[in-house]
Amino acid sequence: MKHVLFGTVVAIGLALASFQVQAVEGTLTIVTSYPKDTTGTFKAAFEKKYPNVKVEMLKKKTTAGIKYLQETAGSNTSDMFWASAPDAFEVLKGDDLLVKYQLKVKGIPEKVGAFPINDPDGYYKGFAASGYGIMWNTRYLKAKKLPTPAEWSDLKKPVYHGHVGMSAPSRSGTTHLTVETLLQGKGWEKGWAEWKAIAGNFKTVTERSFGVPDGVNSGQFGVGIVIDFFGLSSKASGFPVDYRYPTVTTLVPANIALVKNGPNPEAAGAFIEFLLSGEGQELLLDPKIRRLPVNPATYAKAPAGFPNPFKDSSIGSAVKFDLALSKSRYNVINSLFDVMITYRLDDLRDTTKAIQDAEAAMAGKSNDKAATLIAQAKALVNQVPVDAATASKQEFNAVFKKKRKKATTKVEGRQAEIEQDWDTMVKGNYAKAKSLAEKAKSML
Amino acid sequence: MGSVFAPGQRGPALAGGLIALFLLLFLLVPMAQVVVVAFQDPNTGAPTLINFVDFFKTSLFQESFINSFYVAAMSVVLSSLFALPLAYFTTRFNFGGALLIQTLGIIPLIMPPFVGAVAMALLFGANGSVNLLLDEWFGFTIPFMEGLNGVIFVESIHYFPFILINLSAALNNIDRAMEESAQNLGASGTRLFRRIVFPLAMPGYVAGAALVFIKVFDDLGTPLLLNINNMLAPQAYLRITSIGISDPMGYVISVILVAFSLLSLWVSLLALRGKDYATLQKGGGGLMRRDLRNWEKIGCYAVVILILLLVLSPHLGLLLLSFGTIWSFSVLPDAYTIDHYVTVFSEASGYITNTLLYAGLAALFDVIIGTGIAYIVWRTGLPGRKWLDYGATAALAVPGVVIGIGYLRTYHGINVPIADQPLASWWVIIVVALTIRRLPYALRACVAALQQVSVMLEEAAENLGATKGRTVWRIVVPLMSGGILAGFVTSFATASVELSATLMLVAVDSDAPLAYGIYEFMQSAAGRGPGAALGVIGVVFVGLGTYISHRIIERGRVTLESTAIVAEGAAA
Repeated sequence: MKHVLFGTVVAIGLALASFQVQAVEGTLTIVTSYPKDTTGTFKAAFEKKYPNVKVEMLKKKTTAGIKYLQETAGSNTSDMFWASAPDAFEVLKGDDLLVKYQLKVKGIPEKVGAFPINDPDGYYKGFAASGYGIMWNTRYLKAKKLPTPAEWSDLKKPVYHGHVGMSAPSRSGTTHLTVETLLQGKGWEKGWAEWKAIAGNFKTVTERSFGVPDGVNSGQFGVGIVIDFFGLSSKASGFPVDYRYPTVTTLVPANIALVKNGPNPEAAGAFIEFLLSGEGQELLLDPKIRRLPVNPATYAKAPAGFPNPFKDSSIGSAVKFDLALSKSRYNVINSLFDVMITYRLDDLRDTTKAIQDAEAAMAGKSNDKAATLIAQAKALVNQVPVDAATASKQEFNAVFKKKRKKATTKVEGRQAEIEQDWDTMVKGNYAKAKSLAEKAKSML
Repeated sequence: MGSVFAPGQRGPALAGGLIALFLLLFLLVPMAQVVVVAFQDPNTGAPTLINFVDFFKTSLFQESFINSFYVAAMSVVLSSLFALPLAYFTTRFNFGGALLIQTLGIIPLIMPPFVGAVAMALLFGANGSVNLLLDEWFGFTIPFMEGLNGVIFVESIHYFPFILINLSAALNNIDRAMEESAQNLGASGTRLFRRIVFPLAMPGYVAGAALVFIKVFDDLGTPLLLNINNMLAPQAYLRITSIGISDPMGYVISVILVAFSLLSLWVSLLALRGKDYATLQKGGGGLMRRDLRNWEKIGCYAVVILILLLVLSPHLGLLLLSFGTIWSFSVLPDAYTIDHYVTVFSEASGYITNTLLYAGLAALFDVIIGTGIAYIVWRTGLPGRKWLDYGATAALAVPGVVIGIGYLRTYHGINVPIADQPLASWWVIIVVALTIRRLPYALRACVAALQQVSVMLEEAAENLGATKGRTVWRIVVPLMSGGILAGFVTSFATASVELSATLMLVAVDSDAPLAYGIYEFMQSAAGRGPGAALGVIGVVFVGLGTYISHRIIERGRVTLESTAIVAEGAAA
């Protein structure tokens, strides 16, 4: 009875809200991972439009935000979750912590690049698009006499050894999408080979995604693999940096959703509508925010040179991103990247250096034996402990998850056990490859 | 009760019970709620120890363990090198500015999150100011911030005040008569220091060194900022906080960290066992202060200034960052501005008030609980008393994020009557979290202070008819005051910059402390300057707080000294 009553009240409330904007009131609590520049701007604009609503922005790292919503679900006090990575929303959706929302605002297309803007199930909505690319510190490149990189494959070149930084897919959802995009674009084996060749040039793997622009901005490393608004907003803030999209990139939406049993659903609805209205979309162009609006009409107001994915088809359309494939191997990729790259970065870097040196010594000479050794060394480095088919197997993925979809899904082995096997193989391969490369060099 | 405890033990038993309850409710239960996964089979949920078997079989974890141990041990050595001269010069000689040096020596503990790291990288990083200059002048660079040695360097700069504070307190507590006797017997110079002064100050040194060791062993902030993954604490953190994956190994490592920290504490207590460090005469201002000859003075000042310059360099960097416009791949910022301070001005006061309130309350509770535990462990025969000490110290090894999640899980369903909101989102829970997380610092300082107080003084008071409670209040606590202050200062300074548990627990913006404010700014490129400005403001306020508490205690000591003399005269 109580529920019916409550439902009626909410329904009436919603109906009223759609007729009379000013009727929305209360305190709207939004859990978000966004910086002050973004939240402050939207809070001020929204409160101006709805003077009876007070917006409370609860800033938490994406991972902390998920944990916060999970732990407080029993007596929820939050209205909305507002963050970039679609996978964070997938986790919340899987835990039944979000509610569906029907958008009223018009003019938002279905897709940006090859990626659907809104959750097909109707739970979360994209409000801005972001693509991954390369940012670099111009002073750094000049001082170290490095060329400006344009494509992912440029980052494999020996000239960039020790100058590149990136975050890990297990740390940042957007980094995960970059790794996945390249794997889908190049194929499993070749994709991983590409990533290892780039990672061999890494200076560091940062613990949080903002660590990459931070490192490039202060000149700790020269080149960073980052999401576009980090590069664009750094440049707009005056740092001597620049940014570009490589050909293979994917545009992904940054999202917002209503939390289940939120205390203030009307205000939350009003916030989503505001965010996607012409007014809200325009705020994204602010130099401190610099995100790509999802409403194509907004680009008319953008400054010259601002990337427009709806006009410029070269951004984010080279790879048709397969969402189902990505979902099927999500955790395996996180774990593989950490085992092969993050935790063994020193070994990988040394081996890569040895191979690069051998290849440099090889230049202009012909020595079949040395060439074979180098090829063997590269093959060892490139070896991936699991093949593409296994990586997508449901039983295999279940090892990395606590909650399995079905009780019948059989699970064999534990994550720690499997990672130890991978680690033994990877470490051994890197060591062997290094000695092969050194041997090849000594023959030249 | 009466049948179990002797009459004089009822008070301590009650206090011990309350402390145990507090630890149970706010440390053990929340922690158990989270780390229970470590003891469950990841596939079936059945209780098992298989995860620990996996831990010891995994070569990555073995390496991480060795790395953490090496870093912790070397950090103790390097921290001692920083702390010894500062502590010794300022307590043993008539040294202008001793109080200022002592206060400045504490500032490194107040390293605001993120901005401190950025400042360090801009100064000492691979392309930081120092290396850019070295490269330009001499054509080589020094990898200060790279690999395990980088971690040792940064940890030592950050945590050496633990040794400085506790050692200074201990040196101030030594009976002057001991030194005089040694001098009468012909000892002087380094021999006097090596054989008499330093051994008598041992409880303070061991307390500080144990703290540095355990803290560095369990610290995840520094390795993470240097992007070093192959150590235990960062491994635990990375596994607990990755999206989607639920790897029990993160919690297994947490359990191992707690166990190893307790083992280290036990070893450090062994080092002091069987020796008596208590001296009788108290309140006389400690060691005799000698005047320095001119050339000695110059030498001492040179050493002190050099050390201070090194350990305060992150804060100099922070200051430059807060006034600089753009600072990128250059020795100094491009230009200077006060814009960043203008940006944060309107919000700073809220953050500062919250920070001083939370950290002040937490540090106050810490020294009260710390004194209680120290007294119960060293002065009573209550059963299981040592476990209070171990229990409180365990907090050092529990990652903040585990405490944060544990509190949310345990206390979000419990409503606070008057405030009418869940306990887990009431601001008081932040104070509780800080109290728990910083309790080990205050506790070690209090224990060290009590070890230097002779039990004979208490017996004398009781013989003269004072009750137990009155003895504690009028004799023990005043004699421990130096150590209690040391505990207050360390807890206060470190609580003011805590982030990991706070980030989890802040439920409304208006309740947020400074560290949270800095975190907010440091999420965007444009926020670096304002974040640094907020950091500087925080350091100034917390530093001032520290200086003022020093002054209050110094004044207290002077009055104490006069009463002590009167008392001595009366006794004679």
